[in-house]
Amino acid sequence: MSAKDAVVKDRRNPLKIARGLGSSQSGVGHWWTQRVTAAALVLLGVWFVVTVLCLLHADYATARAAVAKPWNALLLIVFVLTMFWHAVLGLQVVIEDYVHTRWKEVALMVAIKFLAVLGALAGVLAVLRIALTP
Amino acid sequence: MAEFSLPKNSKIQPGKHYPAKDAKKPRTFRIYRWSPDDGQNPRIDTYEVDLAACGPMVLDALLKIKNEIDPTLTLRRSCREGICGSCAMNIDGTNTLACICAIDSVASGDVKIYPLPHMPVVKDLIPDLTHFYAQFASIKPWIRTESAAPDRERLQSPEERKKLDGLYECILCACCSTSCPSYWWNGDKYLGPAILLQAYRWIVDSRDEATGERLDDLEDPFKLYRCHTIMNCTRTCPKGLNPAKAIAEIKKLMVERRSA
Repeated sequence: MSAKDAVVKDRRNPLKIARGLGSSQSGVGHWWTQRVTAAALVLLGVWFVVTVLCLLHADYATARAAVAKPWNALLLIVFVLTMFWHAVLGLQVVIEDYVHTRWKEVALMVAIKFLAVLGALAGVLAVLRIALTP
Repeated sequence: MAEFSLPKNSKIQPGKHYPAKDAKKPRTFRIYRWSPDDGQNPRIDTYEVDLAACGPMVLDALLKIKNEIDPTLTLRRSCREGICGSCAMNIDGTNTLACICAIDSVASGDVKIYPLPHMPVVKDLIPDLTHFYAQFASIKPWIRTESAAPDRERLQSPEERKKLDGLYECILCACCSTSCPSYWWNGDKYLGPAILLQAYRWIVDSRDEATGERLDDLEDPFKLYRCHTIMNCTRTCPKGLNPAKAIAEIKKLMVERRSA
């Protein structure tokens, strides 16, 4: 049987295919949040790098004391949360772009969210333990 | 996953060579050939054309090849002055219109001509644009109003009309959409720069009353937000338009109508 005689499985009109399932009425939140977190990370990133550079050659006790300072602890937690939030949003775009097997796409999407929550909470917990330990 | 290598039956084979006899100003054209009828893989045929007896544009050379060297070469063309969009193809690595692309503008060496990238090929330089046109139809590219039709023209101020400049000139040649990697990987759902520019053309039209519905229809991670501002569209547009900016304006309107 040649290709021409093969049973055509897809008899949908091109417009039916182009419309697909329609608009999901979402995406703008993701787009805006990605930009807001990016802007926040510019400021937080500068602060983080400066803070770390100031601790160059410092001993453990000094570094620990720096993290325990209220403002540093607060900003560190904000930095960790924003970074993981932004990372999830970015990875989501990469997965949507390149992973076209639906079950793999869903599995990866759930996995990165679980890992991000785990990573963010671990980071917050670490800072809190240092900050709240007298 | 996205496809990064060609399937086996799409691998390009070496093709035929058509040397020019007694050419005063020879130039070599390497052209993608594929026919659905012979069961062969695509090939690159090499044609030597005497530019001393040929018009200045790439389309002139293609028609000279078709008329005088190889009548089986298949391509679309119509207006030969950059207004119909039929002869869109990939010339020297850039999507453009063969009719307004001067042969001399192609850097020295062979002139390499392929169909528009990542589209199904009908034959030789002819891509299948069915889905592209269906996507165009899906954005309802006509005026939509609720107010009673006036008994004369629908008026626009000069300022309102000015907003359509840079948009109405689009001839839907598909150069931009087929240059966009996001459209390559997700063209089944992503509308692509040409269709989004057309959608924006109706969104900013002061006479159209369906602005909200149009934005509703576009608000989707795939239809609109596959655009990652790669800018290939703007770089390649043979009409000098800026589809990337039109898409950015749509994204701004999406934010404008919600709480920040």
